[in-house]
Amino acid sequence: MKLYRITPVFALLLSASAVASAQCKAFAKNDCLPELAPYTHDGNYHATTLVAGEEAELYKTFYSDMEYRVAVCGDVNLPDIEFLVMDANKNVLYTNKENNYSRTWDFKPQSSQQLKFVIRAGSLTKPGAVASGCVSIMFGFKTNK
Amino acid sequence: MNKKHAGTRVCLLVTFFAAIAFTGCRSGSNKASQEELKVNIPENTGIYDDIKQAEKIFNALPSPIESAMLLKAAGAEFDASLLNPVDNAGRYVSNKSMALNLGIYTCDLSVASLYEQTQLIINYMNSAKKMADGLGILDAIDQSTINRLEENINNNEVIMEIVSETFLNSNSYLEDNGQPAIAAMTLVGGWLEGLYISTRLVDMNNFNGDKIASRIIDQKLSLDILINLLGSNQGDPAIDELIAQVNKLKAVFDKVTITASPVSTELDNASNSTILKSEAKTDMTPEVFKELASTVNEIRNSFIK
Repeated sequence: MKLYRITPVFALLLSASAVASAQCKAFAKNDCLPELAPYTHDGNYHATTLVAGEEAELYKTFYSDMEYRVAVCGDVNLPDIEFLVMDANKNVLYTNKENNYSRTWDFKPQSSQQLKFVIRAGSLTKPGAVASGCVSIMFGFKTNK
Repeated sequence: MNKKHAGTRVCLLVTFFAAIAFTGCRSGSNKASQEELKVNIPENTGIYDDIKQAEKIFNALPSPIESAMLLKAAGAEFDASLLNPVDNAGRYVSNKSMALNLGIYTCDLSVASLYEQTQLIINYMNSAKKMADGLGILDAIDQSTINRLEENINNNEVIMEIVSETFLNSNSYLEDNGQPAIAAMTLVGGWLEGLYISTRLVDMNNFNGDKIASRIIDQKLSLDILINLLGSNQGDPAIDELIAQVNKLKAVFDKVTITASPVSTELDNASNSTILKSEAKTDMTPEVFKELASTVNEIRNSFIK
């Protein structure tokens, strides 16, 4: 009998999660993609739903002789989105926290290298409050020659 | 009464398990998959050491568009004979072959676009559409996309925007609809096509100074990302086959060394862009390159057959 009552609640929650994913696509396209201009978007899609306080990580190789822009965008429901960039030796190369939580960062690698991006939905200041929303990370590029 | 309740219970259970099936597929790249990721991490990738609490991990391979751009930036000449012929599109009927060739045709489309091959752009967009349609990707490439492409056929900037948008539509549809394995195969197809074309264009008479050869060495840096991307979908038979093929590639790339100096940053005030200052040294002998080219060719042939 208990299962009978609980099942629809679970089903609804799980379906809601799938719907939320679909909404992230629209968010990424409408809210984040325009931030890349005038760089060419690479066409890749990286978006997820985060709850305040949660983190996502991204690993990607960047090439010499190219210029890049990364755009990291969070839903209005979420607190400020912090992102930091680390090299292969885990040295922090950039954090947007020191740049007024800027949504974009432009960079030019002198040699090709893999970088790690840590994206953090900041903690809420109001105790007990819960917030979740889409976070997307997109890359644009152009040649620097 | 009992019968009525039994029927309702069955319906609810079906809904419950359908919802699990629908959303559960997506867990492949989430926290739950971290054990798999750890298993596949190559020894030389310190950057991966502290994978721990992240709710979501993205393994971002170069997109087909980026692969094509790298090729052009390295000074490669256009050679239509290196692209997968559009006539092959009819051969691909399994999800695996359609996914791989969606990536391959998108890479070829990007190459054709960057080299302003107007007729090929239309042909390769139609081939990519055929693959996307076959995979059930709704509205990734519709008739209005083709019309827009034709109207702007001489405007390279708009064409690249259209190609980027169609690829975004495809992989976001796959990710959001619980098909990350198919999305991963699409990326692998595009990445390997870029690598294949590159290996065919290296000037062996000027191997050490060849810019394309340098770009090929750089692909070693994406190999662990590729392995982790596939590893997060391990268990799917099509993915397991790809992992075996990629391991062959890794065995050759393991013969290549890349050493890089520490990175320092400097702001370029003119462009407001941060320069990541570092130097890298690489070694790849012509013999290792030939072995790599042969392995890439073998894998690519299995993708397009």
